[in-house]
Amino acid sequence: MNALILLVPLALALGLLGLALFLWTLRARQYEDLDGAASRILFDDLPRKDLPQ
Amino acid sequence: MTIEAASRERFQPGQIGVSRSHCAHCGTALLPGQGAFCCTGCSGAHALVRGLGLDAFYGRQETAAGSLRPPEAPPSFDATSFACAGPNGTQSLELMVSGLTCGACIWLVEQALAAEPDVLRARASLTARRLTIVWRGPAECARDLAALVAKLGFRVAPWSPACLRATEDAEGQALLRALGIAAFGSMNVMLVSVAVWVGGDMGEQTRALMHWLAALIGLPTVLVAGMPFYRSAWQAVRAGRANMDLAVSLGVIATTAMSLSEAIRNGPYTWFDGATALLALLLAGRVLDRGMRRRARQAVAELLALQDGTVELVCADGTTRGVPAESVRAGDLVLVASGDRLRLDGTASADVVLDLGATTGESVPRHLAAGEMLAAGSVNMGAPFQMRVAAAVRDGSLAALARLLERAEQGRGRFVSIADRAARLYVPVVHVVAAGTFLGWWLGAGVTWQEALVPAVASLIVTCPCGLAIAVPAVQVAAVGALFRRGILVASPTALERLASANHAVLDKTGTLTEGHPDLIEDASVPPAALCLASSLARASRHPLSQALVRACPEAPTLDGVEEVPGCGLRHGDIRLGSAAFCGVEETPDSGMSLYLRQPGQQLVVFRFRDRLRNDAGRVVSALQSLGLETELLSGDAISAVEAAATATGIGPWQARATPSDKAARIEALRAAGARPLMIGDGINDAAALALAHVSASPANGTDIAQAASDIVLRGDGLSALPYAIRVARRAQLLAQQNIGFSLLYNVVAVPAAVFGFVTPLIAAVVMASSSMIVILNALRAGKEEA
Repeated sequence: MNALILLVPLALALGLLGLALFLWTLRARQYEDLDGAASRILFDDLPRKDLPQ
Repeated sequence: MTIEAASRERFQPGQIGVSRSHCAHCGTALLPGQGAFCCTGCSGAHALVRGLGLDAFYGRQETAAGSLRPPEAPPSFDATSFACAGPNGTQSLELMVSGLTCGACIWLVEQALAAEPDVLRARASLTARRLTIVWRGPAECARDLAALVAKLGFRVAPWSPACLRATEDAEGQALLRALGIAAFGSMNVMLVSVAVWVGGDMGEQTRALMHWLAALIGLPTVLVAGMPFYRSAWQAVRAGRANMDLAVSLGVIATTAMSLSEAIRNGPYTWFDGATALLALLLAGRVLDRGMRRRARQAVAELLALQDGTVELVCADGTTRGVPAESVRAGDLVLVASGDRLRLDGTASADVVLDLGATTGESVPRHLAAGEMLAAGSVNMGAPFQMRVAAAVRDGSLAALARLLERAEQGRGRFVSIADRAARLYVPVVHVVAAGTFLGWWLGAGVTWQEALVPAVASLIVTCPCGLAIAVPAVQVAAVGALFRRGILVASPTALERLASANHAVLDKTGTLTEGHPDLIEDASVPPAALCLASSLARASRHPLSQALVRACPEAPTLDGVEEVPGCGLRHGDIRLGSAAFCGVEETPDSGMSLYLRQPGQQLVVFRFRDRLRNDAGRVVSALQSLGLETELLSGDAISAVEAAATATGIGPWQARATPSDKAARIEALRAAGARPLMIGDGINDAAALALAHVSASPANGTDIAQAASDIVLRGDGLSALPYAIRVARRAQLLAQQNIGFSLLYNVVAVPAAVFGFVTPLIAAVVMASSSMIVILNALRAGKEEA
């Protein structure tokens, strides 16, 4: 019983954290361009202006 | 550039003597004698990419050969007028970029723009084909930035309201949010529920704690995540109908209420897990369904945006500038170049030659006298002329047609999908069974009303609208996805079902069965050297007949010093290619579709053109017939041309000289006679018939109005995808019926068990998950149809 008092709120808090993160990603429009995001991770070079001259 | 021109370019026939080498920029197979590039545009693009140090693009690109060939002219619209001023003196521009097909493309575009000194940010979306550029400096930079993207080989168009409607998907966002909440809720409720299911030795108090924990998570989840269903169910109730969402809403709400009552009296189980899992599963199906259709809608919007034209407005001082067609008022003067499509209605002060293929279906260009009304949608086949605009876009003939189409669309909304037909039968039966169970246990068996509620609601949840509600969307997702990969865009949610049931095909001729543009008639009396020379001259012109010559002899080298005499022809030294008068020959009646080549000291050569049948026209017609559809031809063209096309394709009955209202009337007559007509057309004159038909399709080179009026747009070349689409639609319909049948069969076993109180939440969960899995696995077969 004592374990439950600690573990159940902990499990719920973690779950809520995940939900909050999901809602944030949704608001940040991260699901707008899934195809683009899939290829973007393969771009390994910086935007050219950020390159050291 | 129009879609038509682009698709022609991509499918250039006659790659004679194919060499192993390919163009270093666009990947087209090269002809012997060509260097590393197929055209000057590609060579320029390659130099640009190299100069920016972006060669890595060529190692990564996955674009189709030839699709990246830069257009010869810079973008026709004035990008400056689309730039928006932002904070701190920045400007932003949104463009629709066609040809963005792989990750390397967005990399190339973004990097090339980022290399411009003023550009602060450039971001391309691969899904929406939308490019956002933010820069510091004058708005006029917009033109250069758009031209830069075009120079790389991508076709750009202003980001139009149609694109915006297709992508700004607030409802889709709300569904996705609901899905996240439902998934979170169902997983956490399950955590508590499993403890109750396996904890047989659990104390009463612990169990009460678990029940209330489940209620704490379950109640808000059901309330928030169920909103999409409640809203749709409420609309159905107000309209006096029953739909699947009503069954879902009632099931979820009843389950939640019963669970709350069980939690209050500390019964053996609560059913919050069932209610939340049901919502999560249904929402997942709906999100997938929507996402698939959104992609199709975006692709249609992309086609339309590329056609959204600008017009050359003639200013008071005689100069011209490109403006959006919407901003032109009645009485303005616009310049119509050779080969341009008229965007507005108007009159010309001189005689003109127009291709009326899109507006009336005539395949031979017509001479119109000065002062005659020229309809928007026709193409200028003669010299450039100035046109006095008769009506602004929103008052013109195209807008009037669009309003008519909207009205016809609303009429089509009455179509009842198979899922809704099943729901109409199913919802009342299920609720009568549930009510009977409740009354039977309460009054018949004499248990308390709280206890009687449990089997009643259990019967509601195992009848599980889940399998049934997911049965049809799952098939739709699989089928629409398979069609999308083959370049068939399904724009309407019920289009597949209507396509599957079509039993009569009505085809238009000009532009649908035929190519819709002039093609050289092969003539043995024309010496090959003359054809080659004529093509070399024709390379200098955008006129449709010149383009046809270039297509007939693509290997002809480019000639320098060719001079175009607008409305007459081309001149290179003493060699002349053009109209009869230009070459000093007597005019023959059909001169609208022929060109003359005059060389000093040699015989005059005549090139004749006609609108040729598509290569696959005969095959498509016989494929439609073998699928059991009656076919007929309905055209606005002359009798002889229509008869020839009908005989060549073996289509059956035909009707020539049909006006747009004749076409619409024929479709209505067919419907009145009980047939379910599939209308296939590309022209403005077909739009009304397309909207009235049971289901409609238009080819990729169709006019924007026809595509907007169609349920299905064929993005590839020709019509050969259409019989495939019908087979997939029929298979999808069969699978949907199987799925519904299977869900009903499941209920025959599960309902009696629930009614007699044998079902626990665990059994309900297993039933729900297993029936959904089977339905989904069956649906996946919809995409497996052989071509």
